[in-house]
Amino acid sequence: MKKEKAAPGGIVEKVSAAETIGLYTTMVEIREFEDKIRFLFLEGNMPGTVHQYVGQEACAAGVCAALQPDDVIASTHRPHGHAIARGLTMESIAAELYGRRTGCCKGKGGSMHIGDLARGMLPAIATVGDNIPIIAGMALAFKMRDEKRVAVSFFGDGATNEGAFHEGLNCAAVYNLPAVFVCENNLYGASTPMSMVMKVKDVAERAAAYGMRSSIADGMNVFDVYEKASQAINVARAGEGPTLLELKTFRYSGHSRRDPNNYMSKEEKEVWKQRDPIQSCEKVLIESGVLSQEKIDAIRGTVSQKVEAAMKYAQESPFPSPEAIEEGLYVGMGVPQ
Amino acid sequence: MRTSIVEALRQGISEAMEKDPSVFCLGEDISIPGGFGGAFTVTLGLEARFPRRMINTPISEAAIFGMACGAAAVGMRPIADVQYGDFLLNAGSQIVNQIAKLRYMSGGSVKLPLVMRAPVGVTGRGAQHSQNLESFFLSCPGIKIVAPSTAYDALGLIRTAIQDDDPVLVFEHKLLYGSKGARAETGTVDASSEIPDRYYEIPIGKGIIRKSGKDMTLIGSLLMSHFNGLAASELAKDGIDCEVIDLRSIWPLDMELILGSVKKTGRVVIVEEGPKQGGIGAEIGTRIAEAMPDYLLAPVTRVAAPNTPAPFSPVLEKLYVPQPQRIAETVRNLVAKY
Repeated sequence: MKKEKAAPGGIVEKVSAAETIGLYTTMVEIREFEDKIRFLFLEGNMPGTVHQYVGQEACAAGVCAALQPDDVIASTHRPHGHAIARGLTMESIAAELYGRRTGCCKGKGGSMHIGDLARGMLPAIATVGDNIPIIAGMALAFKMRDEKRVAVSFFGDGATNEGAFHEGLNCAAVYNLPAVFVCENNLYGASTPMSMVMKVKDVAERAAAYGMRSSIADGMNVFDVYEKASQAINVARAGEGPTLLELKTFRYSGHSRRDPNNYMSKEEKEVWKQRDPIQSCEKVLIESGVLSQEKIDAIRGTVSQKVEAAMKYAQESPFPSPEAIEEGLYVGMGVPQ
Repeated sequence: MRTSIVEALRQGISEAMEKDPSVFCLGEDISIPGGFGGAFTVTLGLEARFPRRMINTPISEAAIFGMACGAAAVGMRPIADVQYGDFLLNAGSQIVNQIAKLRYMSGGSVKLPLVMRAPVGVTGRGAQHSQNLESFFLSCPGIKIVAPSTAYDALGLIRTAIQDDDPVLVFEHKLLYGSKGARAETGTVDASSEIPDRYYEIPIGKGIIRKSGKDMTLIGSLLMSHFNGLAASELAKDGIDCEVIDLRSIWPLDMELILGSVKKTGRVVIVEEGPKQGGIGAEIGTRIAEAMPDYLLAPVTRVAAPNTPAPFSPVLEKLYVPQPQRIAETVRNLVAKY
């Protein structure tokens, strides 16, 4: 890790001030973006469906900050946070949500397939668990070509009950691949509590079944996520094999669209919101003197403007032309009639 | 010297691996010294020549095709195979939801140059090792499908498939492989060819007329192409002159070739080894009926397996698979009536 000016005080001592501000800003970007999306969606202004990332910001921000530009991530049906943290432009994400031709997938993917491989993020894979073997394959390619690149799969607790999780992790372990499998354990698979569908307390325990390294981080603490993710990524890059990294987190929103998440108790929601990743990060930043309240307000203001501009860009962007329906299926030919 | 389909495929795969370091194989039992070389010996011995690029996998079909997808997305050219085509369905989501759709849903930016190889055919193993899955994947835009019925075609098509920048599914027939030793198949049909010294490729999306004729068009692929040939020889004795089309590619279909033939003969029988229900015959037949109702002297007719899974008993299995006699009988009836 870079050591410019180390931020003072316990939790952030290993992270430079600039990195700290970067982590914080990314989380704010995700939160502001998602809040705006929720508003526009409920207003009926946005088509399709959305699965929101609010509450889990520290996971995407912490892991992606530990990556190099030529590493690759793959996400899920809940990909907005990963895309922002990976550095896709907010304009291209927003335009994709609006189904516009300026979107990162030219309006062909939508909310659940946000991504841009040129920027190190595969278009998101929205069938649960399916990105896991794909990430293993990318890592296999990196290893076969002796490239020092790492492939990172994001998935939820629910995905760890899929066969693809088992097959993908086993192969990654067997071939000692440069991959990190990041389980954002938000305790619910849609409405089903994790405790109803698995007997293990920690998803990380499952790594032992594959002879794979595992670790657990506090998914509400961006510094902890960053540290554990950096370790796992460094190990992978050094050729020492994959890690199953479990991040304990919580989503504030429902599973999708208008889900009011009534299956979560008020108390449970309150307890987790007390540990809000952005507020707790702010507290650390102020107490350690890295940022003043004024600076924090300024960051929030800038991000807010950036989100507004992205939405405006998206709303004013053109829709795909009718011919686009048959474009981009095959490389060397059109759609056979 | 004649070459079998397994030898032709092995030649095509190994010459591609020699030429291009991004080509590699992954599959079950494909590279164990002293082992099988894949279920039907296609990759036999390749592990000695390409030790780092013959990835022997666990019995994990979703991982095989998922890894192939991921590796292809970052610039490799994987050749993934299953022991039996039926097991493609164990990797169904990877093939249908990921491999077939990733490029389209990325807006055309992701490229997946990968080959998927799968043995098909009803061959004495019961319902779960016998399916002809062509029609499953025919309804899946985003994948190209080829089906070589001779060693010459196998080499020409595997060369093209490996170089193609899109996902290509190669259906191979267990009875046509010409596998030897412990992996030899009973009931094998000779599909060997003389392979010319000069380099050649066979384009995807083009069929071939195996025998030209004027009274009837017989359409099929893989084993059924051979059976159509046998039926045509039988029918020639009765003075019925059949044109035999081997599809070679299941998608895209060579409709130009098919329509040209039907225009000439006015009669068509589409023969397939799998069930009639939702089959390739349904697709081809409808296209013919849509395109040229005025040229048809007789109704478009299908010969196929019954709408059941494949039975085991050899007696039932023989009834299940369209035999040359059944094909010939159908043609005779059609010609007599129309």
